[in-house]
Amino acid sequence: MYDFAYVRAKSLDEVTRLLDEHPNARPLSGGQTLIPTLKQRLNRPSMLIDLQDIPETQGIEVGEHEVSVGGMTRHADVAGHPGIAKAIPALALLASGIADPQVRHRGTIGGSISNNDPAADYPAAVVGLGARVITTRRSIEADAFFTGLFSTALEPGEIVVRVIFPRVRRAGYCKIPNPASGYVMAGCFVAETHDGIRVAVNGAGPCVFRQRDFETALAVRFDAASLEGCGQSAQGLNADMHASADYRAQLVKVAAKRAVACALRLA
Amino acid sequence: MPKITITVNGTVQTHEVEGRTLLVYFLREHCGFKGPHIGCDTSQCGCCTVHLDGRSIKSCTCLAVMADGQEVTTIEGVGSVQQLHPLQKAFNEHHALQCGYCTPGMVMQGIDILRRGRATDHATIRHELEGNLCRCTGYQNIVEAIASCAGTHPDRHSRED
Repeated sequence: MYDFAYVRAKSLDEVTRLLDEHPNARPLSGGQTLIPTLKQRLNRPSMLIDLQDIPETQGIEVGEHEVSVGGMTRHADVAGHPGIAKAIPALALLASGIADPQVRHRGTIGGSISNNDPAADYPAAVVGLGARVITTRRSIEADAFFTGLFSTALEPGEIVVRVIFPRVRRAGYCKIPNPASGYVMAGCFVAETHDGIRVAVNGAGPCVFRQRDFETALAVRFDAASLEGCGQSAQGLNADMHASADYRAQLVKVAAKRAVACALRLA
Repeated sequence: MPKITITVNGTVQTHEVEGRTLLVYFLREHCGFKGPHIGCDTSQCGCCTVHLDGRSIKSCTCLAVMADGQEVTTIEGVGSVQQLHPLQKAFNEHHALQCGYCTPGMVMQGIDILRRGRATDHATIRHELEGNLCRCTGYQNIVEAIASCAGTHPDRHSRED
């Protein structure tokens, strides 16, 4: 690992100032992706700005209509939060299945969605629930936040402060992980929101995406059987030694059906 | 170089480190605690598992500077040859180790599982051990050792309290 300067920032203003002054500085949240990346010398930041002490990025607030999760909230804290388990149980379920316990004790929601790994879990919940991402500059709707492979709408110097999830009627999540690595080969988050059905697919493509055909079918009847006549196109899906695009397309449908069953079970 | 202070196994440790120094190297090279093992260095194997402010983490995937001002417990902090931790005794009784390389991480993760009340059944324990690899035992005896301590308080006999 190349060396770098380390700063534990005390405020969002300090983070913004440091990122402006040092174009090669990078924010550091839980480090569960960034540190392995640095070890492989795939990135060479001049400075890491640790976000762990910034008050605005901390804590979980469960309101009547929304759940607000600070960007520095660890996966284990979302998974084990009694208020989230009651308000949006599918979100707690998703967080409880990310990586392994040690990683869940360190990894954060802000870090996960900023990285936007196609095989990450959180992007599916953010898009599936239609969340809003609050940054140091603005509020970004989920549908506009994830823009492509490891890409987001975040601009240089802009960081995630909180994620606001609307409470929904019911929601479910299912992922089909690679048996060795545990990373998602195909996953699906379904939600019956107050504005209709949302279906988000992760793991299968280069970036999380909404499956509109599944949404239309589930709007008629929220039941796994409603997806029988639907199909996921393999065009544009990921293909690697673990799964071909055709196989992933098939897994998307399987994951979607199981996610609906999960939503009905959790409701 | 930043000078950092971490309380390790109850003793305050202040050392100068590079920003890139990993917590596991701080513990092994600066503090002399060789219990946390560097098995894979890629966050897979869990041999370097320690407790940071009471929660299990992989010390190969945490910068030492990130733990500045916090408390770390390694395997050296939970039991001794003269007075084994109850989970270490259970590992002994259930033959839950062969070569012993993964054992410090397994015990530290096992204590974390017991603290969180997650030693409820074998399937749950296996889910909770996803971040720890053992190439000898096939896991069965490790799972049984942790299960045998279910319902006990892992900190009651430890040096951590």
